[in-house]
Amino acid sequence: MLHEPAAQSGPDASADYKANIGVWMFLLYAAIYAAFVAINLLRPLWMEKTIMFGLNLAVVYGFGLIAFALVLALIYNHMCGLHEADSKAAEGKN
Amino acid sequence: MAIAIFLTFVGLVLGLSFYFAAKTKSASGYFAAGGQIHWAVNGIAFAGDYLSAASFLGICGMIATAGYDGFLYSIGYLAGWMVALFVVAEPMKRLGKYTFTDALDAKFNSRGIKLAAAISTLVVSVFYLIPQMVGAGVLVEPLLGIPHYAGVIMVGAIVITIVATAGMTSTTYVQFIKGGMLVVFSTIVCIAVLYRGLSTTPDQGGRVPFHEYKTINASEVKGKLVTEDKSFTVAGGQEVKGAKFVKLSAGGIETWWARYDKDGKITLRETQYSVAKADGAKLVNGLPESKENQPRLYGNLEAIKGKTGPEASTGKVGPFEFLSILGDPETRINRWKTVKFADNGDKVTVYAPNVTPGNKLMRPGLKFKVEGTPVQRLDFLSLMLALFLGTAALPHILIRYYTVPSPACARKSTIVAIAAIGFFYVLTMYMGLGALVNSVVNPLTDNMSAPLLARSFGTFLFAIISAIAFATVLGTVSGLIIAASGAVAHDLMDRYMQIDFTEKQKVRAGKIAAFVVGIIAIILGIIFQGMNVSFLVGLAFAVAASANLPSIIMLLFWKKTTAKGIAASIVTGMVSAIGIIMFSPSIYEKFGLDPATAPIPLDNPGIFSIPLSFLVLVVVSLLTQKKEQAAA
Repeated sequence: MLHEPAAQSGPDASADYKANIGVWMFLLYAAIYAAFVAINLLRPLWMEKTIMFGLNLAVVYGFGLIAFALVLALIYNHMCGLHEADSKAAEGKN
Repeated sequence: MAIAIFLTFVGLVLGLSFYFAAKTKSASGYFAAGGQIHWAVNGIAFAGDYLSAASFLGICGMIATAGYDGFLYSIGYLAGWMVALFVVAEPMKRLGKYTFTDALDAKFNSRGIKLAAAISTLVVSVFYLIPQMVGAGVLVEPLLGIPHYAGVIMVGAIVITIVATAGMTSTTYVQFIKGGMLVVFSTIVCIAVLYRGLSTTPDQGGRVPFHEYKTINASEVKGKLVTEDKSFTVAGGQEVKGAKFVKLSAGGIETWWARYDKDGKITLRETQYSVAKADGAKLVNGLPESKENQPRLYGNLEAIKGKTGPEASTGKVGPFEFLSILGDPETRINRWKTVKFADNGDKVTVYAPNVTPGNKLMRPGLKFKVEGTPVQRLDFLSLMLALFLGTAALPHILIRYYTVPSPACARKSTIVAIAAIGFFYVLTMYMGLGALVNSVVNPLTDNMSAPLLARSFGTFLFAIISAIAFATVLGTVSGLIIAASGAVAHDLMDRYMQIDFTEKQKVRAGKIAAFVVGIIAIILGIIFQGMNVSFLVGLAFAVAASANLPSIIMLLFWKKTTAKGIAASIVTGMVSAIGIIMFSPSIYEKFGLDPATAPIPLDNPGIFSIPLSFLVLVVVSLLTQKKEQAAA
């Protein structure tokens, strides 16, 4: 039995670009997540301080991590999509 | 009505399976839905896969009992998707065919990788199956009035039927429908919570009268405790880790009270309790246990921003106002704590009031001791690490990348999943806290908090939410069993043992494997009854992150990675993570041993097992460079 992918897709000229920005965005998110964990461990009382709308830092940071994940994902998708389109256009010209 | 809606839902799920069964003939169709699912459908199906019993039942339950600490699971689970999106999604799609093993082995064609990765997939899937089956039993018990084990067997039987008929196509559409409905109806429950507002005497919209727990004063006379209310006589007492309990007798019924000493005054507060007598009889709150006589649901606010009584009621509140009120230091929340002790040969479990100020409830610390000993803090760090790194290493999540046509579709479906899952996790905060303040938390198991909250708004919402929760379990278990059956039929039998299969034989082998894994899941689901499902899933994440993620990451980003390095890393990660779990305090407690005597003080292994797995990969890869180059 052959072991090719379930659905075939052609070579991806944007693969390196996407991997590169993916790593940087991952590191950015990981740093913000690590800061959240660090505050909990090193300065847990900061988490009960009211920050905005009557909400404490724990809630604002927690919700913020969820919202930021989506924003970052959309930016990543936009950048990948633009590069893929440029690559396809360049392939078309060649 | 609840049963009718529930059965209709299950019928629809089975109908969908049989419909797709007729269309599923090839291995590609069975294991990867033919690779032709639309990315938007796949994204919601991802959410359906991911928002399992752990998220819906476990997280809401943990927030209902431990406040913000439960929400940490939501944050960690969601953050894990960033690893999946930025690092894993597209390469996994490019490299693999049906399983995670395919992707790992794409560059090497190594029998060692096939064997190690297939076993790892099986182990992680089984670890993840345990909480799903526990959740299933918990859910069906009150809904259909059948025992926990019967619920687990029922779920197992239905899931085996689904998987053995249609495979990934039906699982995808079941997950799509369920994932969508879960988000929509959870939103409705949250809106209802905000509309109802906060009160110190929650009565579930007039449905269930609020039970006022009695308080009586007492004093010590000549060293003996005496109550002011002379209808009670003191019949005994216990002290457990600084908490004092007093046994009072009135009218021939013995009751347990929590004792508080403050400013020279002694106050006794009514508790709930169960007693297992030496002769096998069971009592609940002084009377024989029965279907009707079970511990009451608990949880309420003692004060709202310092106010008590009817004037404290808020009426409807906004989403920020709700959290702001609950986080106020002057708001006092009545969580309950469980204390077990022996009394004259009887085993007593007391559920005692435990008043917590809002500022403590709404920050980490009630469950995870972030201000505790270094070991306790390390345990917290270990959990957060495993949650972050575990998602992208879960086999049933990874196989969903093979159901879409292209790497770009894999990326887009991940983003849809992040949006749906992130939104749902915000809702868990409102559902968990909503359960706590509306007096609907079951002292016997916190896993039912979200469905019981829905019930406080009427039978219809309860039936819908329960049916969705049940479908949640069905869908996730189906996905896990497909991942496990793929590991057996495709990775082990076809590729490792190189059995010469036709497509039809391979699908049949997958179905037989699904049946066997389903039976194992049923047995484990019965054994682990009563443990919080989110905690159990946290352990599955730790095993996945330790066994699978280091090899995925290093394969993609380190050119010196060798086949032997990957195989060694998988085995090391898996064995070390499971080893630490087996000797952890929680598992000791589960099996009736003293948790203080557990040789490893950590419950969460990730902080050791993940770096160890990376380290072994690097060392073994460096040691086997020349051999593999020569072999190539």
